[in-house]
Order: sequence, then structure tokens, then C-alpha cells
Amino acid sequence: MSAVIEGHHDDHHHHGPAKGISRWLFTTNHKDIGSLYLWFSFIMLFIGGAMAMVIRAELFEPGSQIVSPEFYNQMVTNHGLIMVFGVIMPAFVGFANWLVPMQIGAPDMALPRLNNLSFWILPAAFGVLIATFFMEGGAPNFGWTFYAPLSTEYAPPTVTYFIFAVHIMGASSIMGSINVITTILNMRAPGMTLMKMPLFVWTWLITAYLLIAVMPVLAGAVTMMLMDIHFGTSFFKAGGGGDPVLFQHVFWFFGHPEVYIMILPAFGIVSHIIETFSRKPIFGYESMVYAIASIALLSFVVWAHHMFTVGMPIAGELFFMYSTMLIAIPTGVKVFNWLSTMFKGSLTFETPMLFAIAFVALFTIGGLSGIMLAIAPADFQYHDTYFVVAHFHYVLVPGALFSIIAGVYYWLPKWTGYMYDEFMGKTHFWLSFVSVNLTFFPMHFVGLAGMPRRIPDYAMQFADYNMIVSVGAFLFGLSQLLFLYVVLKAIFYGKKATGQVWEGAKGLEWTLDSPPAYHTFETPPNLESGEVKA
Amino acid sequence: MALFLAPLSFSAWDDINMTPGVNAIAQEIFGLHMTIFWICVVIGALVLGFMVFLIIKYRKKEGVEPADFDDNPKLELTWTVLFALILVGMAIPATSTMIKAYDDEEGDINILITGHQWKWQYEYMEDEVSFFSNLTTSLDARNNIAPKTETYLLEVDEPLVIPVNKRVRFLITANDVIHSWWVPDFAVKQDAIPGFINTAWTFVDKPGVYRGQCTELCGVYHGYMPIVVEAVSDADYKDFIQGKRDLKAQQALLTEKLWETDELFAIGEEVYLKNCVACHQVNGAGIPPVFPALAGSEIVMNDKSRQVEILMEGVQGAAMQSYAEQLTEVEIAAVITYTRKAWGNDAGGDGEIVVPKEILDYKNNKL
Repeated sequence: MSAVIEGHHDDHHHHGPAKGISRWLFTTNHKDIGSLYLWFSFIMLFIGGAMAMVIRAELFEPGSQIVSPEFYNQMVTNHGLIMVFGVIMPAFVGFANWLVPMQIGAPDMALPRLNNLSFWILPAAFGVLIATFFMEGGAPNFGWTFYAPLSTEYAPPTVTYFIFAVHIMGASSIMGSINVITTILNMRAPGMTLMKMPLFVWTWLITAYLLIAVMPVLAGAVTMMLMDIHFGTSFFKAGGGGDPVLFQHVFWFFGHPEVYIMILPAFGIVSHIIETFSRKPIFGYESMVYAIASIALLSFVVWAHHMFTVGMPIAGELFFMYSTMLIAIPTGVKVFNWLSTMFKGSLTFETPMLFAIAFVALFTIGGLSGIMLAIAPADFQYHDTYFVVAHFHYVLVPGALFSIIAGVYYWLPKWTGYMYDEFMGKTHFWLSFVSVNLTFFPMHFVGLAGMPRRIPDYAMQFADYNMIVSVGAFLFGLSQLLFLYVVLKAIFYGKKATGQVWEGAKGLEWTLDSPPAYHTFETPPNLESGEVKA
Repeated sequence: MALFLAPLSFSAWDDINMTPGVNAIAQEIFGLHMTIFWICVVIGALVLGFMVFLIIKYRKKEGVEPADFDDNPKLELTWTVLFALILVGMAIPATSTMIKAYDDEEGDINILITGHQWKWQYEYMEDEVSFFSNLTTSLDARNNIAPKTETYLLEVDEPLVIPVNKRVRFLITANDVIHSWWVPDFAVKQDAIPGFINTAWTFVDKPGVYRGQCTELCGVYHGYMPIVVEAVSDADYKDFIQGKRDLKAQQALLTEKLWETDELFAIGEEVYLKNCVACHQVNGAGIPPVFPALAGSEIVMNDKSRQVEILMEGVQGAAMQSYAEQLTEVEIAAVITYTRKAWGNDAGGDGEIVVPKEILDYKNNKL
């Protein structure tokens, strides 16, 4: 492998990117592809966010406000699909592309052409999905969990395009994961053993295995739907001897690991940031790795906690209750490790650290409401209410999304070579922090008081808190425009950043210039000789 | 900000917490919820409090070097064991409540609940009484033209009536997509799944009206299929059942009556406004392609027998369901007559009407 790279290197010395649009279309460079993923995710964040704004405007007051119930359902469905598959996942793949080779001292991803393909089929998939809004019958309207038979026999005709789009997204994820695993296992710099890898690399290695394990299951679920809709099978049709609950088992066997796919890389990002700004090595590196691995393994045996009300036998209810509660142990270990990293450190609070600390605090709240939801008999009251909406938004917005924002602030100077405006960054943080809680905290209350999720209109007693939630949501949405501004301002008008960027930053990527050369680590750094420390 | 918050009134604890419920199991679940909740609050407060302490205490200071330890296996083992113990402490009461909630014995009264898009059907198994329960909140209230009442979106034409101090078992299923039947006061939430019959039960000792909603996304009008349960004394319950039986007998007689077109048209209009407008719209234009137009439809204008068949059997693979059980013979005949006469359909088509006897014959021939 290295011989090939050396030969290539000798032929084209110091070649840079191609010019114009072809640079981006045909690029096989991990940094370019990382940027493409991140920008794609950023654009989708605003599209999915606009849908959330429509939802909150409709729910601002009781009574019909701005959209019909039909369009409302389309908004709910596509907001979920876009945020999960179009924002959080591609953003983490973008981070993986940029950082995995730089953190393990590799010149690029192992399979660069596959990497290009993984990215470029993604806009195609979302193009297909969004195009359904302009088709007869409207966009998918059955929720991002698309339970059959609402998504089969009773679905709008565009469901076929939806199935096609999900297949493409799955293919993109699987190819991306193969690439990440191959890169990590084969291209680490000499001396970087597995247990010396940066935590972000560890989280992605495990995430990639999760993706490879469950994306085919999702593909299976949508293929069965396709067969039911077009080819007369009855996988999910009760009338033909099929089983609608089977769909939920298959979906959540994908869906629960998927939840961790969206949070494990966040753990990696936050670990690096807390370490840097505490100026102290991460506490309990080994237990962090084992915790991530345990969470990943447990994620395969907890899926039916999403289905406590489908009428499982009591043994099933109890099994999934206990297995779900177990997840609290490795998760708790991680939170305590982060706190212990800060303990006796020398803390400063630049924007990435603020977002990382908010992540730990608010993810903990999401984790605690997760324990409440795991308690099966109590879940009879929580299930499918706003309490659940509050829970998963706490782990996904101030959880996954905050980690992404933190990571962008942290590595942006490295990627672009320019510092962002610290004051504007902090303003963005405080606006986001206040509004995210204003949006999602009251949802716990309306959920407990009995407001079901996915309804376009609600009873009078939920009016007060819904108005607060909507105000919070509008503020949160606007705050993210500020994020875009801060990023663009850094790129166009930012001050030059040093290679080290942050005083306490450790790891191979910080040994490179800011921005790094188009091709880095063409000769792997030698960690054994002690010249460079990981 | 103040502008928005000014009209808000924050009343009771009830508005922000789970209902304690009106029966033993609901109260037990409420107690379990509060126990777990307070444990989580204490843990959360400790973690967040410790974080605030760290943020203040270990802020970077001149001349203070950070420590460089990076693990402490004993401490890590201690808190791992501690987490496990807390979880065991939570699992014990949860398991005991779960076993009580999952009791599946037969009830004194067994009621089959069927979810339809977008209404509930209740069948009293022992008494052979069956009816549908539809939302009564007016379109004007939903569109902010009429004022909204206290029970906005939580009111139905025919509530489920159950007797107090009896064990009532619910057998829950669905006719089309998955719904979920939830009454918070009973702590009963059970998915209604086509092809499956799930069970749940309640025992209410206090007469009253208890409200809930469908909690599984079931299509466009998922937000508009509430549940209202009226718990009444045993005597009132017997009267209710008798009343339902008498009504059924009266309706059977009506099929024999000679009907005038105008009479049928008037009843049909009422039936249409209650049952059909959600999809086919007031002006009969529908929302194509999902909900076809009735105005100018070839079937509605010229194919009476096919139209009867659609009403009686539903349309496979479409949202149109069978109304054979939901409406009486008179109502079905009337609503067909109405659609064949309204929106200029009588001028464009054969203008024939349908009388209740024809619907009855259809039913009898099928048997």
C-alpha cells in the first residue's frame, strides 16, 4: 500500500486541487469530501429547520394556523427524515473524513473513489425525497418511523420515491462505513496501536460497524414495504396473513442502533474538546473505549423499548426494560469521566468548550428522561406523548447537534486556517443555549400532562406551554443563522490561525499547518521514535 | 417576549405533571413515576451542581498548573457499581407494578374497541350493542371562527359508557392502520393493531367523564379522534344499554317506511357533513388524488349499484372504508341520495335515488 502511495507521490509532486466545479465533482481528497459533507449537512439543517418552524408556527396556538393537517404530517415526517439522515449523519461523516486520516497519520481515506461516490449519491437521495413535495399526492406523511400499514396500503403514491431515497441513503452510509473501517484498521501511523487511537477515531470505528450491521436491516424493511405496495406480498398486511408489528421490530432493530450512530461520534468530539480546554488528559481513556463498545453492543438488544404498548408478553416487556436500564451504566461512566477530566484542570471557556459543557449537562437531562422512559409501566403514560419528543430532542439537539457545532468551532481554524470571531461565537452559544431549553424543556410538561405527539392541533390546556415552546423554537432557528454568519465571517474575514490553534490541543492534526496542505502525512509520522506524540 | 407571555396563566401542578389517575393501577403507576422522577432529579442536581462547582473552581488561573492524572480504577469501579445499584433499586418497584398492570383476566364487562380512520367503534360483547364515537368539535372552532370550549378536540357524539365498580376489560384492535387507545386517568394506553387483539382493563370507582386521545399517528386526522369514557352507576349503565337496544329496533322499522326524496336528501346532508366532509370536502370536490371528487364523478352520477357497493364494502387499498357497520340503512341510503342530487350531479347523471330497503336487501343478499 505504502509503495503505491510513494510512487504516486513521486510522479506528481506538490499537486493541488483541480480548478472550478470539477474539483468538487471529481474530488477523491478526504478534506474536500469532508467539506462537501459538512456543507451539505449545513444546508439540510436549514431545510429541516424551516420545516420545524412550520410545525411550531402551526402549534403556536390551538386551532388551525397556517397549514392543513395533511401538510403538517408531511412536515413532521420530512423534518425527522432530514434531520436524522440529512443533517446529523452526514455531519459526522464529514468530521470523519476530515479528521480520521489526520488523527491517525494517514494520507487519505483508504478508498478515495468510493468516498466520492458515497457523498455524491447523498444529494441525489435528498433530491428525490424533497421532489416528492411537488408530486401528486404530496410528500411522505407517515412519520419518520413510517409504521406499516400507514406507510404501505394507506400511503400516498410518492412512498415509492421515499423507499428509493432511503435505499440510496443506506448505500451511502454503508460505503462510507466500509471506508472508515478500512482506513482505521489499515492506515494508522506506525506505533499507533488501537488503544492509542484518539477517542473520536474509536467512536467512529464502532459507529461504522453499527452502520454496516443495521443499514441492511433498514433496506430490508423498505424492500418489504415495496413488495407489499407493488408486488402483492403481505409482509405487513394483516388481511393477507402478514404482521404489522413485524415492521416495528425490523424498523427498531435498525432504529435503536441508529440512535447511537447519532451520538457515539458526538462522545468522541466532546472528549477531545473537554480535554483540550481542561489542559489535562482525558480521564479513563480505557473505560471510555469500553463504555462506547458496551453501548454499541447493548444497542442491539433494547429495540422493543420503543414498542412497550404494542402488546408484547410480559417477559418481553421486562427483558427490554432491564436491558434498556443497563445502558445507563456505560453512559453514566462517560459523563463522570468528562467531569473527572475537568476536575483539577485549568479550564477556559472558548466557544467549543461552552458547547461541549452544555452537551454534557443537557445530554445528562436527556439521559435521565431516558431512564424514566425505560420504566415500562410508566412508559404506558409517557409513550407517544411530548415527553418522548422532549427526551429525544434533548439527546439530539443539545446532544448530537451541539457536539457538531462544538466540533465545527474547534476544528474550523484548522480546516480553514482562519479564526472565527470569539465574541460572535459566544453570542451564538448563549442564544442557542437559552432557546434550546426554552424549546424543549416545557415539552416534558405538556407530555406528562397528556399531549400526544404528531398532532396538528391540541386541547386548550396545552396552549400556554406550546406558545413558549414555539417562541423558543423561533429563537433557536434564528440563532443558527448567526452560526452560518460566524462561519462565513471566519472563512472570508477571519484572522490567520496558528497550527496549534488551541493552547491545550493534543493530537496529530494539530502538528499540521492551518489550513493543512492538500495532501498531508504522505509519509506517515513515526510515533514509535517519539518525534511526534499522538 | 413579554407580549407573548402576558396572557398566559399558569394554573395547577396538574398542567405540568402526569395525572394521578382514578383507579388503583393508575395511582400506582403515578407513584412509580414520581419515585423515578425524584431519583432522576437528585442525580441530575448532583451532576449539574458538581459541574457548576468545577466550572467555578478550576477556571484557569495564573501560576496554577493543571493536574495530569488520567485514571483512577478504584473510583471508576465504585461509581459503576453505584449506578448498577441505583438501577436495581428502580427495577424492583417497576417490575412489581408491571406485573399488576399486565393482568389479563376476563372482565365483568368486555368491550371490543376498534380503531378506524378517524373514529373509535365500541362493541359491548355481552349485550350486542355497538356504536361509533366521532369528534364533535366543529370545523368553525377548529378554524378559529367559532370560540373554543374547555373540551375543544376532546368531545365526542357518543362516549363509551362503563359502569363503576366493575372490572371492565378492553379488547383493542383496528380496522385499517395502527391507532392507540389512551385514557390517562386509567393509565391504559394500548396500540390498536389490525389483525391483533390487545387487552387492557380498568376498574373505576368514581363516576365521571374521562378523556383521552389516539396516540399513534394514523393519518391526516390523527389529532381528531378523541376518546371520552363516561363511568356511571350500575343502574344508569343498564338504562344506557336498554336505550341502545331500543334504538336499534326502531331503526330496523324505519327501513320499511316509504321515503320521500327530500326527506332522504335532508338526512343525507347531515350524514355527509358528519362523516364524509373530512375527505370529500363540503363541495364534493375531494382532495385528489388521495380523496376523489364526488361532484361530477361517473360512479356517483350513473352507477348506483357500484356506489352502494363502495359504501358497503369500502375500497381496497384506499382510505375509503366500509360504512355498513358505522351507519344505519337509512343513513347510507340518505347519504347516497344526497350525493346523487347535490352539486349538479342530478343534472349530469341519471338522478336516481336509493331507499333504505335497497341497502337492507344488499345486506340480506350478502348473508
